[in-house]
Amino acid sequence: MLRFIIRRLLITIPTILVVITIAWGLIKLAPGNFYSGEKRLPPAIEKNIREKYGLDKPWYQQYGKTMWNIVRHFDFGTSLRFEGQSVNGIIWRSLPVSAAVGILAYILALVVGIAMGSIAALKQNSRWDYSSMALAMLGISIPNFVLGPILVLVFSLSLYWLPPSRWGGFPSWNLVLPVITLSAIYMAYIARLTRAGMLEVLRSDYIRTARAKGLSEKDVVIKHALRGGLMPVVSFTGPALAFLLTGTVVVERIFSLPGLGNYFIQASLNRDEPLIIGIVAFIAITLLFMNLLVDIVYAYLDPRVRYN
Amino acid sequence: MEPENKISPEMAVAEEVHSEEPSELVHGTSLWRDAWRRLLKNKLAVFGLIVVILITLASITGPTIIKRTFGFTPDYIPTGDMKLVRSFPPFRGPDGEFSWKHPMGTDNAGRDQLARVLQGGQISLFVGIIATLVSLIIGVSYGAISGYVGGSVDNLMMRIVDVLYSLPYVILVIVLLAMFRSQTPRGQLILLFVALGSVSWLTMARIVRGQVLSLKNQEFVLAARATGVSAPRIIFRHLVPNTLGPVIVYATLTIPQIMLSEAFLSFLGLGVQAPLASWGSLAADGIQNIAIFPWQLIFPGVTMALTLFSLNFLGDGLRDALDPQMRTV
Repeated sequence: MLRFIIRRLLITIPTILVVITIAWGLIKLAPGNFYSGEKRLPPAIEKNIREKYGLDKPWYQQYGKTMWNIVRHFDFGTSLRFEGQSVNGIIWRSLPVSAAVGILAYILALVVGIAMGSIAALKQNSRWDYSSMALAMLGISIPNFVLGPILVLVFSLSLYWLPPSRWGGFPSWNLVLPVITLSAIYMAYIARLTRAGMLEVLRSDYIRTARAKGLSEKDVVIKHALRGGLMPVVSFTGPALAFLLTGTVVVERIFSLPGLGNYFIQASLNRDEPLIIGIVAFIAITLLFMNLLVDIVYAYLDPRVRYN
Repeated sequence: MEPENKISPEMAVAEEVHSEEPSELVHGTSLWRDAWRRLLKNKLAVFGLIVVILITLASITGPTIIKRTFGFTPDYIPTGDMKLVRSFPPFRGPDGEFSWKHPMGTDNAGRDQLARVLQGGQISLFVGIIATLVSLIIGVSYGAISGYVGGSVDNLMMRIVDVLYSLPYVILVIVLLAMFRSQTPRGQLILLFVALGSVSWLTMARIVRGQVLSLKNQEFVLAARATGVSAPRIIFRHLVPNTLGPVIVYATLTIPQIMLSEAFLSFLGLGVQAPLASWGSLAADGIQNIAIFPWQLIFPGVTMALTLFSLNFLGDGLRDALDPQMRTV
């Protein structure tokens, strides 16, 4: 197990550096820069700015300096667009927003998705099965930027039940619509995965044994079937995190939340290089380490999985 | 194609679609006919197939039909009467009276929404299909070569896929599209194909490799090798055609995913650019006016959701019909 973790770490860390390098390379290869926008700066000022941010140096020195600061000090410099604000500061300030929405959405998706999927599997080919699977397919097919505004239209602009947008602190009614919007697609995937997993497990020998022992149906399902049937859901956590990123970008924009995704899009559109690199690096680190964690948990839960 | 003795309505439909496929798929292989029968039994998949065909046909012919009937193109902005340059609700004319002219209403500039949604469908479907083809070509070649050559080459090639799998693609694609934002809509469209196609071939490569691994030791490959057929010819003439089942299934499921990604990027302003429009960019425009003119979002959004819904059901149905063993989500 320890060897497995070490080996995975040896792959994970270079991968993170590769991601940062690709992002850095894309930014440098693209024509223009942050200052080539709307109005032309006087040459003297531009020269000063270039010196200040080290943009006058050859590319390998710039690359070396960026990477060194990240690896050595975990320092991404200061944002160009939000003058005087450090990239680290922006990330730590916007992270709680994204995390709150993302984690709540994931919990909601797990609860509803597992319930829907289990019911569908237990009553296979019944009306319950068909309707929950059709609902799940709908969840996969409706883009979240269509779902979000429709929810706003119904619950905020017509019924006046919930606030339509903006961040209102952690436990607040403002979170309801973004969380539902974000969780719809995971809910759908988790329901489908749970159904598939449960169907397979319910046919297996150990479930027959459990039934033969005379356990109640409730015990068979909850204590035996769910544990095996949910393995696909556990392994979906990794891809789910990637979905979460995509989702938060959209949801934060629709509901004007000051989260990581919203800053990332703004930074990309403004060519705010340090902020782009910072957020890309942060996301890559989170994602890859979470994937590693998921693999370890998976190995722990499923005794058949052996890493050697 | 051999003539059928009895032709039921079901079979008549079957014939029609079969004749669209390359004839070598059909000749003598009962696998495809069997799969087709199984597919027709799956009501949801048939529903998906019909809706996909209808929406595709409507997208292709719709703008022309509207031009012939009402005399305006998707980007026609009414001139002269300023009363016409505003957003009408569905089925309403300039004075709020009932009118057939704009079944989906108009947008802010008075352009017909139905024509715009249909034209947007052309772009959305086009992006979905072309980017899927790109991923198909890369994925199938990569997977087949890796599986056939085997050994350390296979090991290295699959390690590369593993590493690429773990990259956070979405953010890299956003950076790519934002940095190289093209000044021309056509340039941006090509950038979109490259970006979407080049990130979605990984699963395809894995599927094809798995198939090739199980096929490459069978007698027909051995026979080909014994008669001196070259490796590229074995891969692309003997092995790849035998992997078509899973490939078709996965490609069908890739199209809606890519369309969703395209819509997501267009929503962020990084995808399709004006004057071109896709369902994603139409919906993004519609969101601006959600409180006053909700139909500007609802029609492109619902059309897109319906298409993706149908494509997903069709893909699921194809998977069940072609390869009952394959169970992925």
